[in-house]
Amino acid sequence: MAILKRLAETGRPALTFTFDGQTCTALAGDTVLTAVLTQAERLRTSEFGGGPRAGFCMMGACQDCWVQLETGERVRACSTYIEPGMRLQSAALAPASTPGTLAAASAPGTLTAAAWPEDDAS
Amino acid sequence: MERIDTEVAIIGGGIVGGSAALFLRRLGVPVVLLEAALCGAKASGVNYGGVRRQGRGIEQLPLARRAHELWGQLPALIGIDGEYVRSGHLKLATSDADLALLEAYRDNTRGFGMDLEILDRRALAQRFGWLGESVVGGSFCPQDGHANPRLVSPAFGRAAAALGADVREGVRVTSATHDGTRFIVRAGDTLEVRSRYLLNCAGAWAGRFAEGFGEPVPETSIHPLMMVTEPLPLFMNVSLGMQGGGIYARQVARGNCVIGGGRGVSADPDYARPGRANLGALMANAVKLLPVLRGAQVIRFWTGVEGNMPDHNPVLGPSATVPGLFHAFGLSGAGFQIGPAVGEILADLVVHGRSSIPIDAFRIERYAPAAHGAAARPDRLREQTLESP
Amino acid sequence: MSIVMPVIVGAGPAGIRAAQTLAAQGLRPVILDEGLRPGGQIYRQPPPGFSRPKSALYGFEHRKADAVHRTMQELQGNVEYRPGCLVWNAEGKTLDVLRDGVSTAVPYTHLILATGATDRVLPFPGWLTPGVYTLGGSQVALKHQGCAVGSRVAFLGTGPLLYLVAYQYAKAGAQVVAVLDTSRFADRVAALPGMLRAPALLAKGLYYMAWLRAHGVPLRSGARPVAVQGGDRVTGLSYTQNGRTHTLDCDAVGFGLSLRSETQLASLIGCDFEFNERDRNWIPRRDAAGRSSVAGVYVAGDGAGIAGADAAELAGERAALALLEDTGHPHDARRARILDSQLAANSRVRAALERAFPFPEDWASSIADDTVVCRCEEVTAGTIRQAARDNGVQEMNRLKALTRVGMGRCQGRMCGVAGAEVLAHAVGCAPQAVGRLRNQPPVKPIPVSVVCLERPAKKAA
Repeated sequence: MAILKRLAETGRPALTFTFDGQTCTALAGDTVLTAVLTQAERLRTSEFGGGPRAGFCMMGACQDCWVQLETGERVRACSTYIEPGMRLQSAALAPASTPGTLAAASAPGTLTAAAWPEDDAS
Repeated sequence: MERIDTEVAIIGGGIVGGSAALFLRRLGVPVVLLEAALCGAKASGVNYGGVRRQGRGIEQLPLARRAHELWGQLPALIGIDGEYVRSGHLKLATSDADLALLEAYRDNTRGFGMDLEILDRRALAQRFGWLGESVVGGSFCPQDGHANPRLVSPAFGRAAAALGADVREGVRVTSATHDGTRFIVRAGDTLEVRSRYLLNCAGAWAGRFAEGFGEPVPETSIHPLMMVTEPLPLFMNVSLGMQGGGIYARQVARGNCVIGGGRGVSADPDYARPGRANLGALMANAVKLLPVLRGAQVIRFWTGVEGNMPDHNPVLGPSATVPGLFHAFGLSGAGFQIGPAVGEILADLVVHGRSSIPIDAFRIERYAPAAHGAAARPDRLREQTLESP
Repeated sequence: MSIVMPVIVGAGPAGIRAAQTLAAQGLRPVILDEGLRPGGQIYRQPPPGFSRPKSALYGFEHRKADAVHRTMQELQGNVEYRPGCLVWNAEGKTLDVLRDGVSTAVPYTHLILATGATDRVLPFPGWLTPGVYTLGGSQVALKHQGCAVGSRVAFLGTGPLLYLVAYQYAKAGAQVVAVLDTSRFADRVAALPGMLRAPALLAKGLYYMAWLRAHGVPLRSGARPVAVQGGDRVTGLSYTQNGRTHTLDCDAVGFGLSLRSETQLASLIGCDFEFNERDRNWIPRRDAAGRSSVAGVYVAGDGAGIAGADAAELAGERAALALLEDTGHPHDARRARILDSQLAANSRVRAALERAFPFPEDWASSIADDTVVCRCEEVTAGTIRQAARDNGVQEMNRLKALTRVGMGRCQGRMCGVAGAEVLAHAVGCAPQAVGRLRNQPPVKPIPVSVVCLERPAKKAA
């Protein structure tokens, strides 16, 4: 079942993406929200109470439609266009760490422990 | 003009003034507490929320030890659990030199019951593998933890009121004097409180009152910069700090990560704002320390107004100029954990004339002109008190 | 004359007319648009490659929409239009702007905030269920994506947008099962004399209603929602009318009670705010031209108080004229007076609209304790009332500290009005008396991994 119903603009090129591992089809120009909700009934699950969420305001205000990419980034579904090969998942990304190793930073660099003079009287 | 006569007047309803009022009421002492805004809404209510002994200068440890006992009874004291959890506090080192300082601190503070455990890089990787690669080791204090200051601090004032303290919110004290017999504390021309004892618990604004009683102090305001992420899957099971200061982080049960480091800017004497200059560095440091955050979002920055003393120790103890006046302010960004013990000491000072916990290091006399030389502190100890949590 | 670096935030009708007015005097404003194409929300353009004509997208307003779009197109060489830019912070005449994971600093000497508005909502049981959207959101789905929010849609709320969206859905081929107006027929009758000041607007409204009736769509007045049915998605909606409960078979609900202004940037900049009785909300204090309480900062359009798209065009132009005047540029004072007069007339129409479609003041007190008010944090009305009762909470920021209302990702956008209404009712005071939520950066969530292209200030050694 789907939430959204296409009434118009159906003559657009199709593209594929995955949602929770499943291959899905969308149309070029769909937002992520449209892409997902024309075939699924939720974008994500609420952290509190566990209820399904499918967005609300459609204009980037309510912040209800954030969706996780498998790469780790998050996109606001109503204001982000679906791209071919996008890999979405409904669950927030839990930190994946190999036991016995520290987490690699995406960009190398040392942690600046004392990045600022903490106060004037140092 | 409303006039009230009471035994103890307290200026300031943060965790210090609120807990003082509570402990005084438990001893049956009449109390009037005057708070300019709402109890626990200033530094006490917007700080990082660290409840830790580790990292404090040795002179604070007796105070912190007593506070640790009080935190263990929090629901009995204030009626709520305040989301307090003994998650453990992990103070990290990013250099061998810093790790050596952590080891020295452990050696110097045995006997205070903190059970500090030094972890090397391999141990960190085993137990806290979500940490970024820059860490070389750390010191773990298993029973330190964190709580929600927005819930805990107002609850002290509420608990005091429930026990009969006369708590007045939205009342800004405009003058505090002593007429030779008693203290006269006025809020404009609407309220006058006359008392035998006065507790100066006015936080970042307390220096003004101290000066008014002839004992000026070099109190400044600091604005620790804070940020909070959206709710995330739970991964951080300890509260983090850093040797040398600069960043601290915890994750609440609902999943938000609360992270602090750097400074905001002052907007006016009463408010500060997270200055834009340091936001980028805080976020960059957060991602380096916790790489898992690179996909997460910040939903809010904030800061507060905290009273700070040059040696990062509070002013706590009797006035040097006026009998019956006691000061408790300038907790220098580390007041949340020790706050309840400070309040208890104030009650002790009023009722018994002495403190059962050594507070000599916090005497206001150290800022008397003749005591300037004595105010210098060894660099090592001061560095350890620089970090906020 | 010192250098003027004007920046406009927002590329809806207000922002575009402001840009046009400045460019006409040789200024080159930077326009920071969170959207990807100009038009704001009301005249939001679909992505390139969509085929419906503007008459299908914007109905009777399509000529205005087209004019606004064309104006922006013609301005391209004379303004610096930056789409996909979120202004997430403002401090000391500098804006922090996020685009594609990178944040840069945009300085200004003068700023026009044209940040628009979103739907105003009050909660009811089941409003979190998938398939429930705002009226504006329902309209965006259709306008921007050619989608209906369901197959059998019920519309609920009040205001001209209610009938417009229902009409647009039905015309587009959706099944509109009912339009439930919280206002009563008597409200609209009482407003009629005032509405006669805006005959075109009145005619359109009557037309939409007549068309819907003629096409078999039930229109109900004096309605109040009872509950959305369905767990994973909407399966029905129950409501009361004239004391009787009815149930609709539907799979989507679009609802809204007029709009609420987006004011976070004005707040961060330090503009004074005042409670506007008609909007029943806090908006930046401004003069008739749109000057805020901060020198060099102007506010225009629905982000400065709800007045509609036509007024937004006028207000954008008017604020730009004020900016030109304030910076010593030639400005058409006669045109300014005409705009002032038109804006004043529009304000009188707004008053009539509010009379016709009043905010349902009884709603807040009727929200059941277990109904979620803050959808981000799932805080219920009962929790708010308990905070007032047991902890003496009388003010919004204290409410937030103790209950988490407004502490989530949306930072009070969706729940601020409802939270204030419930709290005020629990306390027994006017909504104004509970104050407003304090704003902090970022005004919307930003990635922790954002790259800030400006080094933090190093203190002098």
